Amino acid sequence: MMPELGKYAAEVISAYAVSLGLLVGLVVLSLRRNARLRDALRQVEDRQRKTNG
Amino acid sequence: MSFWEFANPKRFMQLSSRLLPWVAGLSLACLVVGLIWGFFFTPEDYRQGSTVKIIYLHVPAALMAINAWLMMLVASLVWIIRRHHVSALAARAAAPVGLTFTVIALITGAIWGQPMWGTWWAWDPRLTSFLILALFYMGYIAMWEAVENGDTAADLTSVLCLVGSVFAILSRYAVLFWNQGLHQGASLSLDKEENVADVFYLPLLVCIAGFVLMFLALVLLRTRTEIRARRLKALLNRERMA
Repeated sequence: MMPELGKYAAEVISAYAVSLGLLVGLVVLSLRRNARLRDALRQVEDRQRKTNG
Repeated sequence: MSFWEFANPKRFMQLSSRLLPWVAGLSLACLVVGLIWGFFFTPEDYRQGSTVKIIYLHVPAALMAINAWLMMLVASLVWIIRRHHVSALAARAAAPVGLTFTVIALITGAIWGQPMWGTWWAWDPRLTSFLILALFYMGYIAMWEAVENGDTAADLTSVLCLVGSVFAILSRYAVLFWNQGLHQGASLSLDKEENVADVFYLPLLVCIAGFVLMFLALVLLRTRTEIRARRLKALLNRERMA
């Protein structure tokens, strides 16, 4: 299934590995920070709702 | 519906929560199809060999590195003129995405350049202006982190964005201004002679669509995060004052 990349196989594969690694890392970090802040905000809003009745 | 409805954080959160799954799904579909098509099902170039497959990452990343900064420029101008917080937060949200695309363009360019030009790096006009653009992205992100007051940070980063736009535009047009550089002309052109060959063109277009949609999805997601962070900070301040 792997295409024949010839003498430039290392260059092509490393370009794909680095790029996809960076993109996946960015997506994961963005999702994690969003989830963390969503939970923190929900907690504070619930706490203030209880305090204010 | 007016465009300015997006300036209301509550309205933005509602609209973006509906849009985000579609944009993210389409982006993933385009990236998977475009990259698999480009990597597995396109031939080698008669001069570049298999390194031609790097264009499916390099060209869309470079294109979006510049366009991300231009989107930040528009959002910064909206902040400066109309003082809509969502626009300043959208610019802040776009910066790490733009930086990632710039780094991908620089790294993939270097990996391609080594076998094709015989060097990882040259102080070529386009490469140099791209490196400066990456430094502007880093400075922009650092300034947001360094300034405590959100409005002051938005003002200062907006000015930085205006200055950095010169390099974003230079990055785009450097190959036209100076002919002595190593970097070749644009891969996509309306001129059939200059455009990449048809066999590479369609998968490249799909990859570009994937990168554009990925940028949009990440900016929507990260702007939602920034709106939440701002509200959290305001609520915690209110608690402290009470």
